[in-house]
Amino acid sequence: MAVVTLRGPLKQLAGGRSEHALPGATVGELLRALERDRPALSGWILDERGTLRRHINVFVNGESSKQDAPVGPDDRIDVLPAISGG
Amino acid sequence: MTQLLVGTKKGLFALEGEPGEPFEVTARAFAGQPVEYAMRDPRTGRLLASVTSPFYGPKIWHADDPADEWQQAAGVELPQGGDAALERIWVIVAGEDETTLYAGGDPGVLFESRDGGASWELDRTLWEHPTRPTWQPGGGGLCLHSIVPWPGDPNRLALALSAVGVWLTDDGGRTWRHGNNGIVPRYLPDDAPAETINLCVHNMQRAPKRPERLFIQFHGGVYRSDDAGETWTDIGDGLPSDFGFPLTLDPADPDSAFVIPLSSDEDRVTPGGRVRVYETRDAGASWTPRGEGLPAEHAYLTVLRQAFDRAGEGAGLELYFGATSGDVFGSADAGASWFTAASRLPPVYSVRTA
Repeated sequence: MAVVTLRGPLKQLAGGRSEHALPGATVGELLRALERDRPALSGWILDERGTLRRHINVFVNGESSKQDAPVGPDDRIDVLPAISGG
Repeated sequence: MTQLLVGTKKGLFALEGEPGEPFEVTARAFAGQPVEYAMRDPRTGRLLASVTSPFYGPKIWHADDPADEWQQAAGVELPQGGDAALERIWVIVAGEDETTLYAGGDPGVLFESRDGGASWELDRTLWEHPTRPTWQPGGGGLCLHSIVPWPGDPNRLALALSAVGVWLTDDGGRTWRHGNNGIVPRYLPDDAPAETINLCVHNMQRAPKRPERLFIQFHGGVYRSDDAGETWTDIGDGLPSDFGFPLTLDPADPDSAFVIPLSSDEDRVTPGGRVRVYETRDAGASWTPRGEGLPAEHAYLTVLRQAFDRAGEGAGLELYFGATSGDVFGSADAGASWFTAASRLPPVYSVRTA
């Protein structure tokens, strides 16, 4: 299964675990599986529409990727806050 | 000793001090995150704060002390799988029974909590109102910013939304109706429909000792209602500008209101570089500037809609407001004179006495 890596408050909400092996064929499917596995993350990465929050970035094997990007069982997905703010 | 909860662009600040002297920052929470609003429930002492992380979205948090670990409230969200997402929580208000709290947010939504703020439920009647597809946002979004209970009657509630006007219920939210008669939106063409609900109310307050009396600061206009929000009369004559955001009043005096005018909708700073609060004690027939102790020269401040509050009443009325400059000002004598409670905070979004 692909591994989703979390940092900061997302890692804390996920029980203090950074790495989460999850089923799914796309980034979006993985993130929904992550929410099911760790309900405290609900609403933090995906909004009510199921859309990736605007200032959250997802990288698949180091490449910036969209929610519909395909993922394979050996892929590594990093979920990070965007470089933004004021 | 007075405590202030100051929501800022970069966290929540708890200030404490003796009115008339500079306040001390006693706690900071949610460092780096925008805190739109924070209040203490007077019935339980619990603190509630709305925080919109630019990364992780809007949440409501609660704690018993600002320095405690805050707990995330449940249910602060729109229906899953729909085509809208919650953008922000603008206000949290204690209800008239022992436990109910209300929260208003963008996109024009009302939440209700029956357990002191630990969990919340969306008001479906307002969410599914048939006019919703026509609702237009104001510059700050489609914000439900004013929730005004009726003292002693949990079934009666008034809401104000930008830019969807005033809403009234007499049955605890089972039905809602408009309360807009008399409000004139100068920002619409003259031939706009008279029944338009595209009304940009900026703030609404109720006189607790005469609850059928309400005041609103409008997007151009200050209004008073003497019939519980059914009809409105413009009372803005005598102000240097009838544009502004915040509004408060003296609970002891139903004829009182305090506003902080800004120059215009295109120049949202204190007029003439001079910071002044305007007071009426005759229900809007006349206005008196109150500026002693406030910056009087080259002071172009912006005071946002939730950044003005009060404590006490009558001769003991305290007033406090904050600006996006990071200054917080207070008055210990009902506005007759002012002092600087804090300065060099991040831009102030809200001020509430606790």
